[in-house]
Amino acid sequence: MPSPMTPGISSGRLTAEQIAKNFADLHSAFDPHEAAVAADRCYFCYDAPCITACPTSIDIPLFIRQIQTGTPEAAARTIFEQNILGGMCARVCPTETLCEEACVREAAEGKPVEIGRLQRHATDTLMAQQGHPFTRAAETGKRIAVVGAGPAGLACAHRLAMKGHDVTLYEARPKPGGLNEFGIAAYKTTDDFAAREVQWLMGIGGITQASGTLGEDLSLDGLKAEFDAVFLGVGLGGVNMLRAHGEDREGVRDAVDFIADLRQASDLLDLPVGRNVVVIGGGMTAVDAAVQSKLLGAETVTIAYRRGREQMSASRFEQDLAASYGVRLLFNVMPVAVHEDGIELEYTTTTDGKLVGTGERLSLAADQVFKAIGQTLSLDVGLAMEAGKIAVSGAGRTSMEGVWAGGDCATGGDDLTVTAVAEGRDAAEDIHASLV
Amino acid sequence: MADLRTDFLGIKSPNPFWLASAPPTDKEYNVRRAFEAGWGGVVWKTLGEAGPPVVNVNGPRYGVVYGADRRVLGINNIELITDRPLEVNLREIKAVKRDYPDRAMIVSLMVPCEESAWKAILPLVEETGADGIELNCGCPHGMSERGMGAAVGQAPDLIEQITRWCKQTTRMPVIVKLTPNITDIRGPARAAKAGGADAVSLINTVSSITSVNLDTFSPEPSIDGKGSHGGYCGAAVKPIALNMVAEIARDPETHGLPISGIGGVTTWRDAAEFMTLGAGNVQVCTAAMTYGFKIVEEMKSGMSQWMDEKGHSSTSDFIGKAVPNVTDWQYLNLNYVAKAKIDQDACIKCGRCYAACEDTSHQAISMSPDRVFEVMDDECVACNLCVDVCPVEDCITMERMPAGAVDPRTGKVVSDEYANWTSHPNNPAAQAAE
Repeated sequence: MPSPMTPGISSGRLTAEQIAKNFADLHSAFDPHEAAVAADRCYFCYDAPCITACPTSIDIPLFIRQIQTGTPEAAARTIFEQNILGGMCARVCPTETLCEEACVREAAEGKPVEIGRLQRHATDTLMAQQGHPFTRAAETGKRIAVVGAGPAGLACAHRLAMKGHDVTLYEARPKPGGLNEFGIAAYKTTDDFAAREVQWLMGIGGITQASGTLGEDLSLDGLKAEFDAVFLGVGLGGVNMLRAHGEDREGVRDAVDFIADLRQASDLLDLPVGRNVVVIGGGMTAVDAAVQSKLLGAETVTIAYRRGREQMSASRFEQDLAASYGVRLLFNVMPVAVHEDGIELEYTTTTDGKLVGTGERLSLAADQVFKAIGQTLSLDVGLAMEAGKIAVSGAGRTSMEGVWAGGDCATGGDDLTVTAVAEGRDAAEDIHASLV
Repeated sequence: MADLRTDFLGIKSPNPFWLASAPPTDKEYNVRRAFEAGWGGVVWKTLGEAGPPVVNVNGPRYGVVYGADRRVLGINNIELITDRPLEVNLREIKAVKRDYPDRAMIVSLMVPCEESAWKAILPLVEETGADGIELNCGCPHGMSERGMGAAVGQAPDLIEQITRWCKQTTRMPVIVKLTPNITDIRGPARAAKAGGADAVSLINTVSSITSVNLDTFSPEPSIDGKGSHGGYCGAAVKPIALNMVAEIARDPETHGLPISGIGGVTTWRDAAEFMTLGAGNVQVCTAAMTYGFKIVEEMKSGMSQWMDEKGHSSTSDFIGKAVPNVTDWQYLNLNYVAKAKIDQDACIKCGRCYAACEDTSHQAISMSPDRVFEVMDDECVACNLCVDVCPVEDCITMERMPAGAVDPRTGKVVSDEYANWTSHPNNPAAQAAE
């Protein structure tokens, strides 16, 4: 019977009960009374800072007042009009650096209105009801290809369909949802929410789902010829290299693959994890991989980040969440070599604006090393690029007429679900304006 | 340690906190629990004449208005006077008074407007050893339709008449409980005094419908799909009650008439406010019905602490202290000029002051792109709305302009002389100051 102390990489380190408890909802849902009490804390600010802080500009004070007056369904409509993936964003948004950071009660007492949980209360309430809240406009006869069924593509497809256009939504993976389905910690989106949300979103009608990978069975020229407009929301396929010796060893994996396996696992008891796990990186993916390794039963888990805490792109809330599960956070270290059963790191310092090793090294036991040092776009379809991404201007316009792009594959934004939704939505509006 | 003892009409009680005539004082069991909890006195729930008791509805008799988190702001009731036999109530009153001689025991009464009815019941009450009676001229529902309660309270001549009958019949002090469901409370108070009342108590409940069920279109509380107006009480009615108490306290015809203050007393602070406006004690109901009898401990400790802090050694030190400061609008000092001031360090930038002023007041607050809110003195009329809606205490304050300064709104020099509407040049009836 394996345990956290079992050497190497092993599945079944914890009991089924422990696994179920570990992967339960991170933030429990509000019941109606809790929601009413939480909603009452909102001051209904004038030109509210939380709206400004929201990448999709949801009218937060209005939807909270709608909850407070007993109409969470109306609140949900307020949310979905701006952000059709408001249910997922309520779960995965780093609210502590967005709306809740801007909340005046954060300034007043360090305790913001719980906007994320209130948004979830509203969206869950409406999504639990029959039907779809929006109706399609009369059909325009225009056909649009949306490539990539992640947050950007879904938001774009929904908005276009709502405007009456005929959308074909291509996805390379066997399931739609993108990072919502494959790339986010399981405890943030329990009960198969990502898949349920996509199904609900499709309720608008007018969207045909199709299988296809740009650059393989789909060509941009072909799409342009067949459709009136094309939106690319293909995400980032590649993963950056560690550039450390032994990177090709068994036990070294991309964190995104580990998370995808975890999200798709039918039984987490069968998912193997190392006794000692080291995650290289400083973003949300690093935290998600580290915390879930711990929750699967790894004995020790360390996040090794090459810069200081302040530079880490994972929020302080995420850092503290990781620490609360017993994940150790190591700052200012970079990988030098991966060995049979451990990893060698070198301390770093910044000299003349450049990150360099100090020469001092430390070794950590590691059965498994996860790379979470950022993803890259491996796509060459003749579009102008900028800093490794598709260059866009305005509402996602690429260098090619009739082709728009948004989400992680395009420039701009913070690589968050919520920014991807905003970009997909805005591109759809721009496409619509250009077609009618 | 402050002395909370009060002497009201010669009736002594260890503190000024009495329970009002209401459901909490309907039975020996409740009243004993109240006295054990520390209440200074009770007004026993209203007794009617001998014979078959009244009946109550068999559905809900209370409705409620909530604030946030289901905080009870006000309760409305359609309960009638006691529905227990007169002799049972009298026996219990006697037993409780015997066991708690240091507490005030007042008996509330409501019988038909006939001299014989009053003369019949008073000796029975006297025999219990009760300290006094309270004439229920206030209940707005049920009994009023039968010519009692508020029906009496709304007819000053009837108030005077029944008060006189009681004073002629009993040695017990007579308190007349007044209804707020009239246009001018001074009329009923004057009538009570004319009839010889030893005191008035007020307010009784306010006629009300608390809410309407939007599924059934029935008022709440709903009895088989129908509702009837009830009597509203609790924290929500306190401002109405304070004003009526003050009106009686400062009316030259009733000034000095002892008052027992009732209406939304929920904390020690509410009680102190009633007493500064002339109430010799207070009566509590809704707060006890919401939280139980234990709240009297907070009332006693709170009033005691405040009295110690202010140097009041007994309640008589502050009873009526605010009455001279209640005046008519026409006597307010029009040379008192203030401006709102926002403490930028305390401001949390919610913008509620801006929305309130811009949308509904005088457009006297500016908003910068980075959410700095500032008062424009040349527009500010010192209405106080920004202070009222600001969620941060003391963030916005009203600052008086010093004499000699120029009010940028009017361009006039602020005077330190008192001047009111009666002598204002815009007043057609103004008399030149000679």
